[in-house]
Amino acid sequence: MTHPRATPAASTDSTQQAPSTGTHTGQTVPATGLTTAPSLADLRRHLTTQLDPAARTWLEHALDEAAAHPGVHGPISPWELRLAEAGRRCGAAHADAARVLILDAARAGTDALTRVYFQGTADERRAVLHALPHLVPGPGALPLVEDALRTNDTRLLTAAVGPYAARHLAAHDWRHAVLKCLFTGVPVEHVADLGRRAHGDGELARMLGDYAAERTAAGRPVPEDLYRVLDLTEPVPPTAGPADPHGKES
Amino acid sequence: MRIFDPHIHMTSRTTDDYEAMYAAGVRAVVEPSFWLGQPRTSPASFRDYFDSLLGWEPFRAAQYGIAHHCTIALNPKEANDPRCAPVLDELPRYLVKDNVVAVGEVGYDSMTPAEDTALATQLQLAADHGLPALVHTPHRDKLAGLRRTLDAVRESALPPERVLVDHLNETTVKEAKDSGCWLGFSVYPDTKMDEERMVAILRAYGTEQILVNSAADWGRSDPLKTRKVGDLMLAEGFGEDDVDQVLWRNPVAFYGLSGRLNLDVTGTAATHEGNSILRGVPKDPHEPDPAPTAPARLPGTEA
Repeated sequence: MTHPRATPAASTDSTQQAPSTGTHTGQTVPATGLTTAPSLADLRRHLTTQLDPAARTWLEHALDEAAAHPGVHGPISPWELRLAEAGRRCGAAHADAARVLILDAARAGTDALTRVYFQGTADERRAVLHALPHLVPGPGALPLVEDALRTNDTRLLTAAVGPYAARHLAAHDWRHAVLKCLFTGVPVEHVADLGRRAHGDGELARMLGDYAAERTAAGRPVPEDLYRVLDLTEPVPPTAGPADPHGKES
Repeated sequence: MRIFDPHIHMTSRTTDDYEAMYAAGVRAVVEPSFWLGQPRTSPASFRDYFDSLLGWEPFRAAQYGIAHHCTIALNPKEANDPRCAPVLDELPRYLVKDNVVAVGEVGYDSMTPAEDTALATQLQLAADHGLPALVHTPHRDKLAGLRRTLDAVRESALPPERVLVDHLNETTVKEAKDSGCWLGFSVYPDTKMDEERMVAILRAYGTEQILVNSAADWGRSDPLKTRKVGDLMLAEGFGEDDVDQVLWRNPVAFYGLSGRLNLDVTGTAATHEGNSILRGVPKDPHEPDPAPTAPARLPGTEA
């Protein structure tokens, strides 16, 4: 494990606040300023207003069914079938949100999420990644994020750098994820909690500087986003004397 | 000219092909699962291939403004390998996926008992999942193979109007048409059909229920053959509407039988519409993605 200077361990701050049970119904994702990801209740409200009546009825039935019969039933559980067909039932624009809600209704934990991720299409995998911050309190689902970060599919990469990665991804892997966004053209606005994690990260600043130098040497433009992240790595200049690193917040 | 190639193995093609296909008018493809040239030895190898058809390949196509769907099956050749046949048990979980628009390609290669079993099993799977079937006709002993194929279709739960019989030619088109199935023709540089013979068949049999494909793969083949057929049709006196029927509306109608065809190319950029919703309510959720006038591509990719 690496220890970034002056950066608190990313995996401790939010999970400790998470209640051990009930996160899936109350959507009490710890509010640590982690991006603007909407709550499950927001998603539900959004779909209720946007889906056409047939799709809305389908989704309500799917959610009730998942809530009544979670877990594994036969080769393909009914809620997994609903997960697979959500795209053609709700439309591509609403499929991610519908799938996240189905996963929540089925109370999918790390094992179930891992199974449906690895048995899923790219669209289903993306939905699982979006569901992680809502459904998995600890770092147990990190292998899914790491798998998505190994792909070159920008839709998966975008979903992988969400709030769950911000909370749990180790510093080295997180820096490489940021760099991969710059390589593949994923806007860094999608990197959850970028400001907090980049702040004071000298190693990330070095990597960004090296990448900029490589681009410049090749006569290629440096992505605008690179400078944006580089700015965020700057420690805030001391205004009224250095902060006491051991002191509590006042 | 808008073109839907209803049978092309893009896994075996390069990004240059995607670029050239888009420039030629191709806006949609269906990639049937098939034999990769190197025989597989286990179901795991099939799973990775199917996952690619449902993951990486549609993403690659979308970058070039092309909608990508697939058909899933155990192909006839590998149905004969007992190490591969168990993948039949895993097909149901793939056949429920959004981008799967048919079971295929199934059919005969050497007309063995194992192929009989695989074909019958998979025609039943198509019926069970509300999917049409793409049925390949054999390269060797073709007319006998067609007759045995049509017998298998008649004995199945799948009505002929939900079956596309592919790789037809002058010797097999009549019986295939009489069966009520959809008619597929693969236009190749050296084998199967060529443009001139294809136009002659269209003149003799009309444009209804006929689909033309390039079936381009890892062999000598040409992903622009669909366009070349369209050009020759126009030069030989067919109208724009005839070309549109053969190269667009017929494949849309056939694969549309699945109820899963989605011809909007979304997700060409990292800010996929689906993502934007999970990051806050979109400005106007009913506004469709603008059709890409030029494909949005990644600035750089790493291997």
